[in-house]
Amino acid sequence: MSLIIDSVSKRFARFPALNGVSLTAPQGAFLALVGPSGSGKTTLLRILGGLEEADSGQVRFADMNWLSMPARERKAGFVFQQYALFKHMTVAQNIAFGLEVRPRATRPSRSEIRDRVAELLKLVQLDDLGKRYPSQLSGGQRQRVALARALAIEPRMLLLDEPFGALDAKVRKELRIWLRHIHDQAGVTSIFVTHDQEEAFAMADLVAVMNLGKIEQYGAPADVRRDPRTKFVSDFLSA
Amino acid sequence: MSGFKNPTRDPLALRVALTLLAVGFVGLLLVLPLVIVFKEAFADGVGKAWEAIIEPDSLSAVKVSLLAAAIAVPLNTLFGISAAWAVAKHDFRGKTFLVTLIDLPFSVSPVVSGLVYVLIFGMQGWFGPTLADHDIHVLFALPGIVLATMFVTFPFVARELIPLMVDQGRDEEEAATSLGASGFSTFWRVTLPNIKWGLLYAVLLCNARALGEFGAVSVVSGHIRGQTNTMPLHVELLYNNYDYVGAFAVAALLALLALLTLIFKTILEWRYADELAAMLRR
Repeated sequence: MSLIIDSVSKRFARFPALNGVSLTAPQGAFLALVGPSGSGKTTLLRILGGLEEADSGQVRFADMNWLSMPARERKAGFVFQQYALFKHMTVAQNIAFGLEVRPRATRPSRSEIRDRVAELLKLVQLDDLGKRYPSQLSGGQRQRVALARALAIEPRMLLLDEPFGALDAKVRKELRIWLRHIHDQAGVTSIFVTHDQEEAFAMADLVAVMNLGKIEQYGAPADVRRDPRTKFVSDFLSA
Repeated sequence: MSGFKNPTRDPLALRVALTLLAVGFVGLLLVLPLVIVFKEAFADGVGKAWEAIIEPDSLSAVKVSLLAAAIAVPLNTLFGISAAWAVAKHDFRGKTFLVTLIDLPFSVSPVVSGLVYVLIFGMQGWFGPTLADHDIHVLFALPGIVLATMFVTFPFVARELIPLMVDQGRDEEEAATSLGASGFSTFWRVTLPNIKWGLLYAVLLCNARALGEFGAVSVVSGHIRGQTNTMPLHVELLYNNYDYVGAFAVAALLALLALLTLIFKTILEWRYADELAAMLRR
């Protein structure tokens, strides 16, 4: 019941984005991919979410051949950097989306969906904002709606792409603790992409430091910090 | 009015001159012709204009025009949406070529495109004899008029939607997919609602142009009075026969149809002002 990424590679037209990335993480881990822009961390996340196809390599997750599953069957809750909320839907409709689009046989009833949305709104502390539109919310509120929407599908895996990238420092710090709390409650495996090493080391159980499409070092934050294996890692940590 | 107090304000004389120039242009090029059309139509009174319109040949022209638009516009809407969706939301070989191809009707003279259909479907053309053997009439009949109208109005929907959809990016579609939505569900629930205002505008423009198309239709229609004449062709025919009241009455009706679509659009914009504002804000 764990996540095994085995030599995943991806080339874009002009440059290699991932050069054989491998790592293993236990079920329920909070894993951070950290590195400068262009290091391939977002590409790896998008491959796990099914939004990008790997050229080669394998991923096994909870004993499923993960990469051979279509994106919409993976139940990978994806939180986008710019939130990607549906502008024309209310907050409640945004959160309900993943349940509404299920095939009739597995779709919860109207009242079940309503209860679930209310529950999630409470979880992300937006109880009274269900009827608002995304354009009427602050950045931090939008971020929380995006997370609630991803959690609504009861994801097997939570994928977060620079989720706090567009927020100011104070809100970031608050959301960090809160996100970690939500992760622990939901019991999912979470993978978190950030270029901010302080954020990564403060939140994650495991950190993968990436550079130029490769993992430079992978391990528990304390171990990586104590014993940087390459010059890049020690430079990156002291930056 | 001194430049010190209002650094972003131009001198009075310049402002007046520019305003007059703009108003003058609009008046001369847009308003005046419209006024003259209605004035000429009612030159011999409203009764005469009405008679010219309910005359059977005129009514037939109205019918042919509306029918051609009723077929061409929905089909072009369908093609336009699929083309824009393919171009804006997907990557594939030959994308630039497709975009150029969509623009083709804008760059080719309508008369030339009409002639192309004559070459293809005419008695001396590729398929003409075969079609004639099976008693299928394309040229000098409604199918030819519809084809010519479709060709000329083909770019309107796609051209309006492509920049809009490119600008909106793929984020929301990707979010929908990751939440488990199928391709169709994503299109229906996410893509379409996001483009509906642009789409409405494109369809209205496409419709206006379809009703007004002259050149291409003129080549393929055969100008058979009471059968294959469209409204613009009928206007020309009446005008050439010195029936000025008739010509301007039908022209006024054509202009009225265009004005109606504009009024319809304005009402919708007014009715959904809040929603529009919410969509425009990010």
